[in-house]
Amino acid sequence: MATKTSKSFVDNLGKIYGGYAGGFIGFVILLAIMEQMGVPNKIIGYCFVFLTIGVYAYIGILSRTSELSEYYVAGRVVPPFFNGMATGADWMSAASFISMAGGLYLGGYGALGYVLGWTGGYVLVGVLLAPYLRKFGQFTVPDFLGVRYEGNAARICGVIVLFSASFTYIVAQTFGIGIITSRFLDIPFEVAIFVGLLGILVCSMLGGMRAVTWTQVAQYIILIIAYLVPVVWLSTKLYGLPIPELTYGQALTEIADLEKKLNIIKPHVGAYVDAKGQFSWVEFNNFWALTLTLMIGTASLPHILMRYFTTPNVKDARTSVGWSIFFIFLLYFTAPAYAAFAKREVYTNVIGQQISQLPAWVQNWSQVGGLLTIKDANSDGILQLSEFIINQDIIVLSMPEIAGLPYVISGLVAAGGLAAALSTADGLLLAIANALSHDVYYKLIDPKASTVRRLVVARVLLVGVAIIGAAVAGTRPAGIIQMVAWAFSLAAAGLFAPLVLGIWWKRTTAIGAILGMMSGFIICVVYLVGTRYFDMPLWFGIRNISSALFGLPVAFIVTWVVSLMTQAPSKEMQDFVDSIRTPKGELAWVKGQQHE
Amino acid sequence: MAQLSPAQRDAYWRKTSRLMWIIMGWWVFFSFLIPAFAVQLNSIVIAGFPLGFYMAAQGSLVSYVVLCFWNASAQNKIDQEFGVAED
Repeated sequence: MATKTSKSFVDNLGKIYGGYAGGFIGFVILLAIMEQMGVPNKIIGYCFVFLTIGVYAYIGILSRTSELSEYYVAGRVVPPFFNGMATGADWMSAASFISMAGGLYLGGYGALGYVLGWTGGYVLVGVLLAPYLRKFGQFTVPDFLGVRYEGNAARICGVIVLFSASFTYIVAQTFGIGIITSRFLDIPFEVAIFVGLLGILVCSMLGGMRAVTWTQVAQYIILIIAYLVPVVWLSTKLYGLPIPELTYGQALTEIADLEKKLNIIKPHVGAYVDAKGQFSWVEFNNFWALTLTLMIGTASLPHILMRYFTTPNVKDARTSVGWSIFFIFLLYFTAPAYAAFAKREVYTNVIGQQISQLPAWVQNWSQVGGLLTIKDANSDGILQLSEFIINQDIIVLSMPEIAGLPYVISGLVAAGGLAAALSTADGLLLAIANALSHDVYYKLIDPKASTVRRLVVARVLLVGVAIIGAAVAGTRPAGIIQMVAWAFSLAAAGLFAPLVLGIWWKRTTAIGAILGMMSGFIICVVYLVGTRYFDMPLWFGIRNISSALFGLPVAFIVTWVVSLMTQAPSKEMQDFVDSIRTPKGELAWVKGQQHE
Repeated sequence: MAQLSPAQRDAYWRKTSRLMWIIMGWWVFFSFLIPAFAVQLNSIVIAGFPLGFYMAAQGSLVSYVVLCFWNASAQNKIDQEFGVAED
């Protein structure tokens, strides 16, 4: 690959990634044969981690570039189908890959708010934002705010929100990478986090968005294979049909019968029930509040929005959103099957059994610290439901063993989890570093900087942010899952209103948007921090995780009221908004703002 | 906008906005209205799946995929009708 992405490379993407997927499957089969020949598990784990990181590094180095538009937006040549895959990997983090199925296991219907919330946001992205941001055609999300709201005040507000949302998220991802790497390489967590850091940097440093795009496609292929193999296998084994999304209905029926037998008050499929099994308005309200927060957060997170800056044109940006949600859907609509199969297994073969005769997977995992605990409280030798405590991460990790698959598949699942965490970390890292290098350094500090200098600054910031992220993650901050949820609330409360209104309501003024953005963001931060650390009472029983529910309407109302009170945007600005709304034609830049 | 008169431009945006509201309507329907009746829908069981659970776990997700592709193709048609599609 030369510095500019060549046409022949783009034309042959199907062949290249088809060959890559085939090669990866061949590699898994090879390892399976090696396992049968007696190669120890530890070696197989090493092969998976190092070989996949090696492939990402190879792509990352091949994609190095010295062109600004290649570095920031992958040369704007990414076809919608492949951008969809890259977005899928960008989107699905360690939380989606490893923890979500476990969340569904523990939460039943209540946890479906995550499934809805982390998918439905793409409708908002595709309808309200992506095509227009693509037409705008610059490098970052704060860039749009800076141009639309005429000045650096809006740009800085955008960078602040972006930084607070994306940084909390990246700390959580780096933490996830450390956990997976340390488990499968059998090295201390603090060392593992820096091995993971190298994995992140090698994908992104030399080639920026271009390198991240092509590694994310590769990572998506691995993560989706890894996610589907164990559960398809188990579905075939239990019900003779390799489509878990259909067969788990039978598992749900069996679970319902077992719940009666085991006297479980809160049924798996029961909607909006509290611990006593009664309908609860608090649960009901929290369900839709969470769904809404996560959806709006999806449509506001800069690392997702900037993926649509990379398609060749506006039409492709729209189609690309369709492919994104399709590739994400493949994993999300399978997750409930994971949860149901695991629950069926636990209720049938684990609870009520002799503790000395539990299935092998339970015995194996109860020896690994903290993930699965068995405590014979009444010393009767039989396992009761209350004596069995399970961590949500274990559902996906132990599925290969529940399905009776060889160790090589466990290695595959680890490689998938690693791919999910690395790809998301890379996208986030690039979103932060690009905002700092483009919006802060180039736009505010040194607008005359040369291309070479801008790229050097971009890379230095990238490495800097990555090291700080890893250092914070290394301190094992409390409430890591909470931090991911914070990212969604912060982005939703701070960015959604100025982005959507900036495109859909010409009357939005700069002052209105800035005040709206800041008031929404501050309300959200106050609620987040207040309820978590200062015993602030919950408003209407809405949990801290859905804090954006209060910031969001404030942002819209303040923007609206203040905009109407201030002078309407200039004719030039209104023409500029019109030019963003139509796919064809040049942008009608307001005087003195054009750049790139 | 050189290629559209103000009247055409407004007509284009009216159609685009109408499509937006239709898609948003379906989005609200599948994201909030159907889950609001999950308790009632759960009494209908198809192939082992209580309907309320099924919709939130899979049905609404399918609708999102359809909505996104539908939006893309319907908006392309509008673009072509007004001659603002890219070459």
